[in-house]
Amino acid sequence: MRRAAIGLGVVVVMLLGAFAPAAWTQGDPIKIGVIQPLSGPVAASGNYVRMGAEIGRDWVNARGGVLGRQVQLLIEDNKSDPKEAATAAEKLIVRDKVPVIVGAWGSSMTLAAMPKLEEYGVPMIVETSSAATITKRGNPWIFRISPPSEMEAVGLEKYMKDLGIKQADFLAVNTDWGRGAASAFGDLLKRSGASVGAVEFMDQAATDMNAQITKVKAGGADTLFLTTSVEQITLVLKQAQEQRLSRKIITTGGSSSPSQLIKQAGPAAEGTMHILFFLPWFPEAMPDGKLAKAFVDEWAKRGHPFEGLTEGFRGHDGVITAVEGLKVAGKPDPKAVRDALWSVSVMGVNGPIKFEKDGPAGKESGQSKPSIFIVQIKDGKIALPAFAVKK
Amino acid sequence: MDQLLQHLLNGLLLGSTYSLLGIGLTLVFGLMNVVNFAHGEFYTLGAYGAFAALVAASLNFFLAIPVAILAGALIGAACERLLLRPLRAASIDTTMLVMIGLWITLQNAELLAWGGVAKSVPTPFPTEPVAWGPVSVSRLRIFVFVMSALLILGAHLVLTRTRLGRAMRATFQDRETAALMGVSIERIHTVTFALGAGLAAAAGALLGPVFLLYPSMGDLAAQKAFCVVILGGLGNFVGAAVGGLLLGIAEELGAGYVSSGYRDAVGFVIIVLMLLVRPSGLFARAERVG
Repeated sequence: MRRAAIGLGVVVVMLLGAFAPAAWTQGDPIKIGVIQPLSGPVAASGNYVRMGAEIGRDWVNARGGVLGRQVQLLIEDNKSDPKEAATAAEKLIVRDKVPVIVGAWGSSMTLAAMPKLEEYGVPMIVETSSAATITKRGNPWIFRISPPSEMEAVGLEKYMKDLGIKQADFLAVNTDWGRGAASAFGDLLKRSGASVGAVEFMDQAATDMNAQITKVKAGGADTLFLTTSVEQITLVLKQAQEQRLSRKIITTGGSSSPSQLIKQAGPAAEGTMHILFFLPWFPEAMPDGKLAKAFVDEWAKRGHPFEGLTEGFRGHDGVITAVEGLKVAGKPDPKAVRDALWSVSVMGVNGPIKFEKDGPAGKESGQSKPSIFIVQIKDGKIALPAFAVKK
Repeated sequence: MDQLLQHLLNGLLLGSTYSLLGIGLTLVFGLMNVVNFAHGEFYTLGAYGAFAALVAASLNFFLAIPVAILAGALIGAACERLLLRPLRAASIDTTMLVMIGLWITLQNAELLAWGGVAKSVPTPFPTEPVAWGPVSVSRLRIFVFVMSALLILGAHLVLTRTRLGRAMRATFQDRETAALMGVSIERIHTVTFALGAGLAAAAGALLGPVFLLYPSMGDLAAQKAFCVVILGGLGNFVGAAVGGLLLGIAEELGAGYVSSGYRDAVGFVIIVLMLLVRPSGLFARAERVG
């Protein structure tokens, strides 16, 4: 018994040693918290964002870190669950004392973590979430680099004539993100003189969407807007094919990983269009072609799956924004970083990141204006739709 | 009308999978008095088992399914030997806690083994659906429906028509008497649990290719299985089979004609109503004693 206890003690000490941060530059590394869904129904996306964040970290460290210190990421799993996101934020802030957080992928997860940011006064770079409410709630610790659904809708507006939509249905995940997107794109349709047909929702973990598809099929719309994670998009496309649903399908939110759809949904994905914020197939078309190309190459070098790139860049951009905030602040202090983020101007894989005020006066959140693209799956490959090429 | 037909067809296909999920759970509860919270994990095991057999061992699709079922049943048998046998005299609450522990352990083991990114299982079925007039359905789902029906029927026959089935029922009615009659009761416990786990694995192996594989896929399956079992009456085999179909059709019609956002609520509303009206389940004859 005694020997077992000693043995256990040795193992624990060795494990602690293995996890101790390696410090190359003087001083301890600066910690940046990352909250992502690494397990649960939307785990694929969260893991890709984590991979991108790690590339961002390694590049920053290779250039000598920030404030003369290395950067360390503390990555927490929110299990695709808002409750866990709030717990993860609290743990990172109280136990690990991080000066800045990047997270938390889903809008409902981000919204659940937000009160903790305000309570303890720590800024968070929001890398993926699209619900408008995130920057409209008057939480001055939020800095979003992803576009809210309204901004996406505006990005699509210039193509409305080419798309020729007369009536569109919506099928969205039943979260703040899905509900927000349905209303934002619904407004866009009304602005452009088109009408909104059925608006259907599905649970985040649901796998059988046949009922919703049958209902959509019974209506007379020509287009279906689909807002959810790549896992559910795959299932919806397959089930829509089984029911012979013929609609123009447009996914929103930028989390559709079209290359993964080609692999997993096959012919069911043919012809579908996707709103994206990164074009890894055409990195030279990005605002900073060289950076985008380097990111794509590094991703491949690490053996990460190509289909994760459209999600992975968010992690990179989130981390470099946080690092830039630390640099401008001059010290790893949450309040100083928050104030510094307002003057950050940095080039991400998506494009320039710079925050503008959004939300109620006096308590504004930061919102950057990201680049927005649309691609189409044609003959099992990714292409720019004809109308997007000429513009 | 076309819409209603398609909804009913969808509901029937979905319901048959719920039935298959429910019978394994109800079997273990009814015979062994064990609430198997790890039921969904055997479903996940079956799905990943089929995936591993197909992709890693490059077996034929139709061969991968029985391999996965066998793997699920064997792991089920091992769990029974290691975890439940020492607790034979323990109360139902103790075994319940152990099964919750097993659920969490298995789910995290799957996450460790396969990672969180969803996988899809390739099938030999063409993607072109079969259409009858206005309604259509994929070939894979027809295959799954037929297999589910055969498995449910098979399990029912084993239970009611074979020596093994009789020995199982005897053991759980009266342990001592069954032992005196020469039934090897320890083995019967193991076989029963393995059968329940094997049925869950069968559901996973069949439904994995229809949907996607990810480590927490068993949570939704277990939730539906528990609904079905409560609906059909705890431990009632026929009740679970019919309850599954009812739940599938009710969910489908609820989502189609009431609100898709509250789809899962439909099932639970029915269960609450049923518990108020017939607390021992749709098909309960008399209260179980002992």
